[in-house]
Amino acid sequence: MTIPAIALNRFGLGARADEPVPVDPRAWLLSQLERFEPRPAAIAALPDAMAMTLQYRQNLQQLRQQGVIGQRRPGGSAAPRGPEAQAMAQQQQQQRRQAFRQAYGGQVRARVAVALTSPAPFGERLVHFWANHFAISTDKLATATMAGPLEFEAVRPRITGKFADLLLAVTRHPGMLFYLDQAQSIGPGSQLGEAARRRRTPRQPGLNENLAREILELHTLGAGNYTQADVGGLARALTGWSVGGFVRRPLGLDAPAGQFIFQPAWHEPGSVTVAGKRYTQDGEAQARAILADLALHPLTALRLAGKLAQHFVADVPPPALIDRMAAAYLASGGELLALYRTLVNAPEAWAQPLAKFKTPWDWTLSAVRALGWRDLPDARLALMLNELGQPVWRPGSPAGWPDDAARWAAADALVRRVEAANRLSALAGGLDARSLAPRLLPGTLSAATAAAIARAESPAQGLALLLVAPEFLRR
Amino acid sequence: MITRRTLITRGALIGGLALHPRLALAAANTERRLVFIILRGAMDGLAAIPPRDTARLRQLRGALVDVQEQFGAPPMLTSDFAAHPALKNFAGMFAAGEASVVHAAASPYRERSHFDAQNILETAGNAAYALKDGWLNRLLPLLPPAPPPIALAATVPALLQGAAPATSFAPSRLPDASEALKARVAALYEGDTMLHRLWSEAMATEAMASAAMAGAADGPGNPPALAATAAKLLAGPAGPRIAVLDIGGWDTHAGQAQRLANQLRQLDNVFAALKTGLGLAWSDTLVIAATEFGRTVAANGTGGTDHGTASAVLLAGGRVAGGKVHGDWPGLSRLFEDRDLMPTTSLNAVFAGAAAGLFGLDPELVTRTAFGAAPAAAMGGLVRA
Repeated sequence: MTIPAIALNRFGLGARADEPVPVDPRAWLLSQLERFEPRPAAIAALPDAMAMTLQYRQNLQQLRQQGVIGQRRPGGSAAPRGPEAQAMAQQQQQQRRQAFRQAYGGQVRARVAVALTSPAPFGERLVHFWANHFAISTDKLATATMAGPLEFEAVRPRITGKFADLLLAVTRHPGMLFYLDQAQSIGPGSQLGEAARRRRTPRQPGLNENLAREILELHTLGAGNYTQADVGGLARALTGWSVGGFVRRPLGLDAPAGQFIFQPAWHEPGSVTVAGKRYTQDGEAQARAILADLALHPLTALRLAGKLAQHFVADVPPPALIDRMAAAYLASGGELLALYRTLVNAPEAWAQPLAKFKTPWDWTLSAVRALGWRDLPDARLALMLNELGQPVWRPGSPAGWPDDAARWAAADALVRRVEAANRLSALAGGLDARSLAPRLLPGTLSAATAAAIARAESPAQGLALLLVAPEFLRR
Repeated sequence: MITRRTLITRGALIGGLALHPRLALAAANTERRLVFIILRGAMDGLAAIPPRDTARLRQLRGALVDVQEQFGAPPMLTSDFAAHPALKNFAGMFAAGEASVVHAAASPYRERSHFDAQNILETAGNAAYALKDGWLNRLLPLLPPAPPPIALAATVPALLQGAAPATSFAPSRLPDASEALKARVAALYEGDTMLHRLWSEAMATEAMASAAMAGAADGPGNPPALAATAAKLLAGPAGPRIAVLDIGGWDTHAGQAQRLANQLRQLDNVFAALKTGLGLAWSDTLVIAATEFGRTVAANGTGGTDHGTASAVLLAGGRVAGGKVHGDWPGLSRLFEDRDLMPTTSLNAVFAGAAAGLFGLDPELVTRTAFGAAPAAAMGGLVRA
């Protein structure tokens, strides 16, 4: 494979016919990280996590008033009954759905628009990579419109800094605190825990270990590299990390809705041990210290290097490359740029042609870029991604989308891509796939594909064949 | 963008591929078939399978109990339990010894989030996201060799995700690609080993599935039509032996009487479609329909019920030791957290017992392998030997 094609397709979002082919591909990639815009206009115009938290809180209030969720309080007024209440409930449900579609749809459109026009496609790929590393899924009420803000606010500004800063920002973001149930995790020995035990309240507040477990397993050390005792320790240290605007319990501090807040009265006192190290700090500083150490742990370095190499180079990346990336990361004191530089400069990254099968997201973006579009008038692309099996920000689990061909190169999924290519090429009248193909796939276009395109019965069919050609499905 | 597809034509054009050699080679070494139906959104087990003595239920649910009677007299299953009037086919199977119920069953989960509860139902973990693979996937290495299980869904659900291969199939909402384009794509992939294999498989599955969907009245994507497709795939000698169906829409917070009747009628049609489509293979089949948790015993203010705890598991198929309502009925005088049907049977015990019985496996081995994180002694007597 020629090096420009690798830079455009493997490390970028796919070639555009209206953009020049890079002369020095490695320099082109690394210089993008200086041009990368953390807050482009399409994203800056969107409602932020605080606005989305207010919307979520309003939804919760409606559902509680209708008696749909929550405990019935002794002496509390019963939920309104009868046909009027039912009609009102239905109307409110419709409004909630519409508000969701508007918010989520706007976020998806902004993500797509930025990916289609960004001057730094490698930077955008890194955003998508880290958003998936710290995946939250929109199929939970609390996070239905929160994955966009998490990516835009916590990830985008930190893709070239220290991993420790990225980890901390994501962990403190309301999207993550809600998604993994951290916002209501309360230490049994905390002031609030003790008070609840004395009063024998029917539902005793308790520790929630979800976020702690996923930080260790997914975000830092990796599966098999931690113990249940580590999970318990980190979970206790994280008690009190919460989101403002939801304090209905006594002993809680108020804060603006959607803003991170540390609740001292919820925090489990005492020291904890995580990954062999004892932490004696008080309050918020305890979990902060643990996160900072986890970010610089050699096993974290190996995990980040391995995931990046798998994402960009091969499903089973060369171990020597992973070792070099991890070593560079640790030597730099946890700089993400050290990982990227080692990766881009590695001969292994440029050796094996077309080793990666594109995910539905990567394939769809590269197809739309290939057709020369700079925006999409409606939500068509989001619907298409649902059909292709990768709805935006909805991986269904904190593990995020898998990154290997085994997950994406499936029989049914291949038919969907042919159908989507058929649809896209029908909308892109006037393009000649015969001249487009060599510009999009410089040096990788096979004679067989070129011949199949040339023999197509119509320009649209030629375009469809280009978009599903073996060398276009891979990068 | 939703278009009706020209299924019959397509089936005829590419039908020859159904005899693709790879699929023929992968013929299953077992005749036993398992269909697992995930009922997403929390099915109200008390409305689906109500106790005969409704006095207490009426006291807590009020009019909601009566409203249901507008759909007809509930058929009695046993001296103690009836079925919802919409479950006509199921009640018929029950009477014929081809269906049973496990009542008051729940997963180990005791909170009220659909999202987390479904994850636990599917992974059999002791906490949401504690396990990354589904219990049915972990079970696969214990079973006789067979083509990979198929989920009739857009993606493979957590239940089937894991180390062992699994596939999914769902009718697409994208406009169909023309036969002309497909033929050219087939030619384009001839030189690419992986894409050629996948494309051939896809065309073979489509041919098999489209034949089953051709008769579907309400479009190919509705659950009974998907069930017919699943049955067709399972019935074939070279087809998979395990299928998973996903039916949503059970979260009846408002207007439950009508909505639940529609849902149950649909589920009832799914049972019927499976029986019809499987033909002779029905006698070797076990169908399990389970939900993530039940619903409150009392009605709420909007003619519905809220998130509860225990619900009912419905079993059907020729392999079922039918005509019984299993489990330890807790009654309605003492409720879990003063609001829900008390859970007395672990879902994991039901699944382990059913799978071990169906495939002739050691129940302890099944529990250890697939349900080790939240083990419960496998329930016996669910399946006929």
